[in-house]
Amino acid sequence: MTNPDAKDRVMPPMPDEAPLAPPHVPARAQAPTAVRDRTAAAAPTGRSMTLEKLDAYYGTTHAVKGVDLHYAANQVTAMIGPSGCGKSTVLRCLNRMHEEIRGARAEGRVTLDDLEIYGDGVDVTAVRRAIGMVFQKPNPFPTMSIYDNVAAGLKLAGIKGADTGEVVERSLRGAGLWEEVKDRLSEPGISLSGGQQQRLCIARTIAVSPEVILMDEPCSALDPIATLKVEELITELKQDFTIIIVTHNMQQAARVSDTTAFFYLGELIEHAETEKLFSTPANARTEEYVTGKFS
Amino acid sequence: MSVDVLQPTSGRRRLTDRVARGVTLALTMVALVPLVLVVYYLLKEGLGAFSVDFFTTDPTGRFIGDPGGIRSAIVGTVLIVLLATAIAVPLGLGVALYLVEYGKRGRFANVVRYFIDVMTGVPSVVFGLFIYIVLVVSKIGGTFAGWKGAVALSLLMLPVVARASEVVLNLVPDELRESALALGAPRWRVVLRIVLPTAAPGLLTGSMLAIARAAGETAPLLFTVAFVNGVSYDLGQRMNSLPLQIFNDVGQAQDRLVQRAWGAALTLVLMILVVTLAARLVQRRSRLQP
Repeated sequence: MTNPDAKDRVMPPMPDEAPLAPPHVPARAQAPTAVRDRTAAAAPTGRSMTLEKLDAYYGTTHAVKGVDLHYAANQVTAMIGPSGCGKSTVLRCLNRMHEEIRGARAEGRVTLDDLEIYGDGVDVTAVRRAIGMVFQKPNPFPTMSIYDNVAAGLKLAGIKGADTGEVVERSLRGAGLWEEVKDRLSEPGISLSGGQQQRLCIARTIAVSPEVILMDEPCSALDPIATLKVEELITELKQDFTIIIVTHNMQQAARVSDTTAFFYLGELIEHAETEKLFSTPANARTEEYVTGKFS
Repeated sequence: MSVDVLQPTSGRRRLTDRVARGVTLALTMVALVPLVLVVYYLLKEGLGAFSVDFFTTDPTGRFIGDPGGIRSAIVGTVLIVLLATAIAVPLGLGVALYLVEYGKRGRFANVVRYFIDVMTGVPSVVFGLFIYIVLVVSKIGGTFAGWKGAVALSLLMLPVVARASEVVLNLVPDELRESALALGAPRWRVVLRIVLPTAAPGLLTGSMLAIARAAGETAPLLFTVAFVNGVSYDLGQRMNSLPLQIFNDVGQAQDRLVQRAWGAALTLVLMILVVTLAARLVQRRSRLQP
């Protein structure tokens, strides 16, 4: 279906310079200012996403089989399952990163609110600006300073007209990193600790003002304290973004997510409220997995 | 666990070990002999030729009397190699970028890789001959000219630059490309802003090693640039160059000319050494280690 307006619709307008937060917004320690200001100015910006009959392939390997799933706006949805169950592939289909792998393709419908992201004429770069992604390994750009790493989000996406300095500060505040790095913004991004690097990557992602943030095991390379910080951050970020997180760690899914989806052998087995999925799963395989009978 | 493991090694095994060590050490020494001799003769014969005049005067072309220095040869080599670099590095880098970022493992990319390998193996004299036929005999822009030699050298450098750059670009982690793409960057911007800056030191090293290789080539210049005594800054004219200066002088039945050949050879080696050392220094600063 040809949809010439698609590009314009995917690309969210850059937020106007946000006014100061009105008094009714509760103050939080290290609150993500950027994000909160925007929330105050308009309705919450996270959007829902929906999968309909999603099939994904690597060459002839059928990695994801007919998945239907709804990710509610401004919620944290966790995707769990054993290695090779297709959860990361599903995640990569959500911002069309799946197709970057040679021989990989996806079929089915993926929508951001009512916009079909695999539709004809949809600009893939606009899709990825609207749906940000945080990777497993912290990967700041090695040639860039802390400041430039966050600004890179804007520059790489070709966003002009934004006050870069302000966006960098707001994004770093939003990622809970500002207080730690504000005096060393010109130092290389890779001089930070692993946990700080990962929050730098989150800052880089929110600098582009996405609607949805995808996280692919964002804590698996971090120590427990850094993990805790990122988990706290996720809980804050969901006020302004829809979060979809893939994790190997069931405790993490239980701590951060509102709903959890369990995948097995490329199929979605069960999707339910996190508390329910972990306490009274409907499916026998889900129960075996969450109780550690197989992994 | 068997007790045998703890028994001392047999005398025979120790002997084998000692013989193997001895043989490899001896072979290493044999291989070092010519290297050491080359350096020894270069210094012994070449240093005698060095003087201020040697570097500041042009060859006179006289057989008897003052033969002059090698200024024109240094200028010619520097200019020709610079032009060759200006041609070969952008082209080679373009090929490497295509292979790594777009062609990947596709059939066409593999054909290109194969041809690059073939090109690496082509003797330099063949490139000289090719340019001789295509540009000199056809009298495009005169007959012999510095720029034609530069084109011949650039053909020699092209596969070296392309292959070295491909290796370096492959060292740039895919995660960096992915995270840039995931920010909504178009591919060309990922290449310009992330891949190239990250790979820059390694790319520089590869190019400098190609320069070092090309600077000493004689055969491609022989048919394309010819030889003159006087200094020329015009790449549209015949030019002198260090390899040709050596080639001409070394066969002369005149000790002073032969000595000039040694001096020119030492100069060439030192120039290449400087480029190579610079390449190593840049490589050491790179974050991408193979």
